[in-house]
Amino acid sequence: MSVDQEVDSGRRTLLLATSAAGGVAAVATAVPFVASLTPSERAKAAGAPVEADIGKLAPGEMMTVEWRGKPVWILRRTPEMLASLDQTEDKVSDPASNKPMQPEYAKNKYRSIKPEYLVAVGICTHLGCSPSEKFKVGAESGMGADWPGGFLCPCHGSQFDLAGRVYKSMPAPDNLEIPPYKYLADTTILVGDDGKA
Amino acid sequence: MTTKSQAVLNWIDERFPLTSSIKGHLTEYYAPKNFNFWYFFGSLALMVLVIQIVTGIFLVMHYKPDASLNAAGVPVAFASVEYIMRDVPGGWIIRYLHSTGASAFFIVVYLHMFRGLLYGSYRKPRELIWVFGTLIFLALMAEAFMGYLLPWGQMSYWGAQVIVNLFSAIPVIGPDLSLVIRGDFVVSDATLNRFFSFHVIAVPLVLIGLVAAHIVALHEVGSNNPDGIEIKKKKDSTGKPLDGIPFHPYYTVKDIVGVVVFLFVFSAVVFFAPEGGGYFLEFNNFIPADPLKTPPHIAPVWYFTPFYSILRAVTYPLFGLDAKFWGVVAMGASVVIIAFLPWLDRSPVKSIRYKGPIFKVVLTIFVICFFILGYLGVLPPTPGRTLVSQICSVLYFAFFLLMPWYSQLDKCKPEPERVNFK
Repeated sequence: MSVDQEVDSGRRTLLLATSAAGGVAAVATAVPFVASLTPSERAKAAGAPVEADIGKLAPGEMMTVEWRGKPVWILRRTPEMLASLDQTEDKVSDPASNKPMQPEYAKNKYRSIKPEYLVAVGICTHLGCSPSEKFKVGAESGMGADWPGGFLCPCHGSQFDLAGRVYKSMPAPDNLEIPPYKYLADTTILVGDDGKA
Repeated sequence: MTTKSQAVLNWIDERFPLTSSIKGHLTEYYAPKNFNFWYFFGSLALMVLVIQIVTGIFLVMHYKPDASLNAAGVPVAFASVEYIMRDVPGGWIIRYLHSTGASAFFIVVYLHMFRGLLYGSYRKPRELIWVFGTLIFLALMAEAFMGYLLPWGQMSYWGAQVIVNLFSAIPVIGPDLSLVIRGDFVVSDATLNRFFSFHVIAVPLVLIGLVAAHIVALHEVGSNNPDGIEIKKKKDSTGKPLDGIPFHPYYTVKDIVGVVVFLFVFSAVVFFAPEGGGYFLEFNNFIPADPLKTPPHIAPVWYFTPFYSILRAVTYPLFGLDAKFWGVVAMGASVVIIAFLPWLDRSPVKSIRYKGPIFKVVLTIFVICFFILGYLGVLPPTPGRTLVSQICSVLYFAFFLLMPWYSQLDKCKPEPERVNFK
């Protein structure tokens, strides 16, 4: 074929149309492959609410239950622990919990239904590690003399107070998530279902 | 050669470019005669790749990517690695070869990249070799990261958790993207199986393709050398470079010496310190994955720590986006920026031998910063350490971003006509 041969515009149009149709087919073929990467129906169905018996929890103690594969903490706060939330008020980045990291009924100073019990997803809002308990006050916690008790994420050092509120200028952008939950009885909590959704 | 074998060879050559390929890539591929110590690491990287592929094939015969708990309450994947270590004949050494091979791969590749920095191997006309090389490095990081999940230990689990969550920091598409990577709302069996698939099929295929492109591009333009001058400029009457020698037998023999020395050291680690003091195999990874409890101190494997430190160094939000997002951007940029080196370096000479004092000082600072970042990456963060990693991160980027200026200001020495060779 010589270089200066006239381009047959009819054939060129057919070539473009065929390529475009082939391209559409190729993209359409990708759909099931990409879809297969998203969570399966089984993964979506898992996530049933879990019941926690908090009857044996002593003041100052914390228990962990698994909900949707994540740790959910239930911390029974002592009066001193609750008082520490006043100290941290101006040190945390979102003291009034304005960001929607909790259900409406937990949008208060204690970030809980009953002030005594904190229910929170124990997953740092930075990159998903589970913060460690640093409940001891002051230097004993290894956190410095003015530490009022809280949580420390071992991965990137984010600090949270005892209501799961993140301190200012930490890697974590948000307070710890409060899951939907409700009290079935005085000593039983249902995590993952608040009867509203 | 006997006439019969010559006839067989002719028969093949008429159908497949066998003789011409051997000539083009080995016996008549002319490499500069002044290669030094730093030129061992390319062939060593190729050898470690072979070790990883062969040991990997045998590991897959016994490993099970299954996060469900067995009758003893241990995840099946974790138990299958223990099974390889204890019950499969020869399993322990195959596994240690593979796990040590991962660290060896990065040691060799880092030294190979440093050689490029020293002698300007990325400069024109070798830009594409360097870009392919950066892509190999990226693929290698992906390969190592996904492989690290497979033993399903505590570090496997929480390392993957952190890195996958990095993607959720991207605005708009982030949360869905991390969901697609995990295939679940948390790191789970779905994640383990897809990482297994990527680790043993997809990424190795990409790696081999990139390595082939890297070598084809290299053999197209010819190797650089410690003097950073083109040997193709001075040819003899037959068109061979005056300062070139055939790759085979000269450099095959030289590289075998490198292989032997490397294997001494490698074997010593495999036999006497396979955990590498907790750096090659982290101690927390001998504990089965527990989705409810992060180990008190988690750190990535050593070869990721410089980049991980850069991620942690970003603690300020900017333009209304979280610090977390910018940390991810900085970490990604710190790897990708390497690919742009050919266009950042404006020095009139390639090799450090003829570059001026500015480059020598800047390169030294860069290397020191890289080591400090790597060291800080394995330690838990404190405000002081964060400040140091911030300074080092800035210097890391300054090395690249200021290069167009300082490389032109530098007082370079004239390059020689022919390579230095004693």
